[in-house]
Amino acid sequence: MKRLFPLFAILTAALLSFALYESLIVAPVDQLQGNVYRILYYHASSAWTAFILFGINFVASVVYLVRRNEKADVLAFVTAEVGVVFCTVVLVTGPLWARPVWGIWWTWDWRLTSTFVLWLIYVSYLLLRRFSSSGQTPVLAAALAVFGALDIPLVYFSIWFFRTQHPQPVIGDGGYMDPGMLHVLLLNWLAFSCLAFMVCWSRYNLEVLKRELEEAQALESLLETGGAR
Amino acid sequence: MTLTAHTSDVSASQNMAAPNQGTGNNFKSNRPLPPISGFRTTVASLVKDIRLEWRSKDAINSMLFFSLLVVVVFSFSFDPTAQESRRIAGGLIWVAFLFAAIVALNQTWAREMRNQVLDAYRVSPAPANSLFLSKAIGNFLFVLLLEAVMTPLFIMFYQLRALGPAWQLVPIAVLGTWAIVINGTFFASISLRTRSREIMLPLLLFPISIPALLAMVEGTTSILSGELTARFWIALLLAYDVVFTMASLLLFETVLHAE
Amino acid sequence: MEAAHLNSSAESIITVQGLIKQFGRFAALRGIDAEFAPGKLYAVLGDNGAGKTSLLRTLAGLSQPTRGNVTVFGSSDSSSIRHHIGYMAHPSLLYDEMSGMENLRFFAQLYGIQEEGPCVRAMEIVHLDPNLSRPAGQYSQGMRQRLSLARALVHGPELLLLDEPFSNVDARSAQEMVRLLAGLRDAGKTIFVVTHQAALLEKAADELLYMEVGRITRRAQNYTEATV
Repeated sequence: MKRLFPLFAILTAALLSFALYESLIVAPVDQLQGNVYRILYYHASSAWTAFILFGINFVASVVYLVRRNEKADVLAFVTAEVGVVFCTVVLVTGPLWARPVWGIWWTWDWRLTSTFVLWLIYVSYLLLRRFSSSGQTPVLAAALAVFGALDIPLVYFSIWFFRTQHPQPVIGDGGYMDPGMLHVLLLNWLAFSCLAFMVCWSRYNLEVLKRELEEAQALESLLETGGAR
Repeated sequence: MTLTAHTSDVSASQNMAAPNQGTGNNFKSNRPLPPISGFRTTVASLVKDIRLEWRSKDAINSMLFFSLLVVVVFSFSFDPTAQESRRIAGGLIWVAFLFAAIVALNQTWAREMRNQVLDAYRVSPAPANSLFLSKAIGNFLFVLLLEAVMTPLFIMFYQLRALGPAWQLVPIAVLGTWAIVINGTFFASISLRTRSREIMLPLLLFPISIPALLAMVEGTTSILSGELTARFWIALLLAYDVVFTMASLLLFETVLHAE
Repeated sequence: MEAAHLNSSAESIITVQGLIKQFGRFAALRGIDAEFAPGKLYAVLGDNGAGKTSLLRTLAGLSQPTRGNVTVFGSSDSSSIRHHIGYMAHPSLLYDEMSGMENLRFFAQLYGIQEEGPCVRAMEIVHLDPNLSRPAGQYSQGMRQRLSLARALVHGPELLLLDEPFSNVDARSAQEMVRLLAGLRDAGKTIFVVTHQAALLEKAADELLYMEVGRITRRAQNYTEATV
C-alpha cells in the first residue's frame, strides 16, 4: 500500500495537468460568456466530488453505528473533512463566476443556497468532533452524520420549491451542453475525484497514526505520574 | 430495631428468592422482575418534569421574557405597517420562538445534569426512548404554551390579520414546534457531551432545522399575505417530523449510553 | 455455600478482561484482569485518579470499555442486567427540588415498581423518615448520602456499586451504614465500596482491592494483611 501511494500521486498529478490543459485550451469558448465560463470545470467538478465524499461519510457513519468499526469512523471523519474543503471551493468559485456573468456576487439561487446549507451541516459535524469531550465522540458524530444525510433531501426539496415558487430571474439553466465541453467536464471530475481520493488516503493514514499515538501517550502518561508518586 | 432486621424486611417483602440458591452461573435472584412499561415511565418522567418546572418556573419565565424582548427589539428595526409586517411577520415570529425554544431545550437536560441524575436513569432498566419522549413532549408543551401567550401580542404589536385561511396556522404551529423540539431535544443530549454545551446546541440544531424553519416561515407568510397556498409547507413539515422522530427514536439510546 | 463459590472460578459473578478505558489523551483504566465471587463485600481503595470510579462506572454499564471485556452476571450486554444493579455515585443522583419520598417514588418507577412499600422500606433501612417533606436539596450532606443509598437499594439489587458512600457522613452513621452493608452481604448480595476510609470497612470487608494508576495492584483478604 505504501508503495502504491506515490504512484497514485504521480498519476493524479498527470491527470490534473491534462485536465487543466483540456479545460483552458482545448475546450471551446462559450458563445455567451466567453472564457469566463471555464470556471465551470472547477465549480461543477468540486461540487460532484463533495457530494460523493458526503455520501461516503453517510455510509461509513451507518457502518460505524452498526458494527462499531473504528476504521469506518476514521473514514467518516476524513471524508467529511475533505468534503467540506471541496464544498468550500464550490462556494468560492460560485460568486467568482457569478460576478462577471450575472453582475452580482451572490444570489439566493436554489442550488447555491442548498449547497451553502449542506456546507453548514458538515461544518457543524466537524465542530462537534472538535468540541466533543467524551471518549465516545465517534458515536455522537455518526448520529449527527445520519441526521445530516436525512436532512439533505429535505433541504434540496424545500429550497427548490421556495425558489421556484417566487419569481426569480432564471439564471444559466440552459440544460444543453456542447459535447466537447461535457467531455472536458467529466475529465475534470475524474481528476478531482482522484485528488480527493489521494488526500483522503493520506489523511486516513495520518488519522490512524494520530489515534495510535494518542492511545500510547494516554497509557504512558499514567505510568509517569505513577512513577512520580 | 436493628439494621439487619430491616434488611431482611426488605428481602422478604420484595419476595426475593433466598440468596445464592440459584445453581450454576446464575446469581441473579429468581424473583419475577416487575415489567417495565415504556408508557408508564414516559408519563412518570413527564409528570416529574412538569412538576419541577412548575416549582421553579425557570424555563418558562426566561422563555417568555426572551421572546417579549425579541418582539420589542424587532419593532424598533422597522415601522410595522400592516402591509409590510404581513410580509416579514412569519420570519419574525418563528425566529423569536426558535431562540426561546433554545432556552427551554438547554434547560431540560441541565436539570438532569445537576447531581448527575442522568446517571441514575442510565443505570436503570427503563427504556431510553421513554426519557427522550418525555423530554420532547415536555418541551413541546412548554413551547406551545409560550406560543399561545405570545401570538396575541404579536398580532397586537404588528397589526396582523390573515388574508388566507387562518386555521392553517394551527397545523403549521403544531408541526413546526414539534420539528424544532424533536431535533432540539436530540441535539441537546448530544451537546451535553461537549465542552461549552450551551453554545453547541444552536450550532448543531440550526443547520439541520433549515428546511423546517423555511417551511414554517414561508407557510405563515403565505397564509398572512393570502397570496399562495401553504399546503406544500404543511406537507413538508409533516415529512420532516416523521423522518426525524423516527431517526431520534432509533438513535437516542446509542447516544444516551455513549460514554 | 460460600466455600463452594470460592473454589469454583467458573462461578464468578464479574469477570474483567484486559479492560482499558481511555478519555482522549488520558487513560483512566490501564489493563485490568480480575474475577469476583458473589456474596462478598469488596473494598476498593486507592489514591485519587487511580481509576476507582472509572472501574465502578464500567461495572455499572455506565461507561463502555475502550478495550477489553466486562462480564457481569454472565452477560457482557449491560442493558440486560440493569435490574440487578444498584449504583450510588459521588454526586447524589437526586433531584434537589423533590422530597425524599418523591425522589424514591420516581426512581422506583424506572424499575417498574409502582407501589409505595419498597420506597418506605428503603427509607427506613437508611433511617430516614418517609414523612419528611423537605426537598432533598435542603438535607444535610449525611442525610443526602443516606437517601442516595436508599435510591440505590429501592429495587432490591443483587449487585451494589457504591462510590464513596461514607464521605461527609458522621462517624456513627458511617458505622451504621457499614453494619447495614454487612447485613446485605450476609443476605447474599455482592457489594463494591469505593472509599478512602479503609479503616471503616476493616471488619466487614471480605476482600480489599488496591488500585494504582488504572490497575488493580493488590488484592488482600483482610486489612491487617494489606497493611503489612
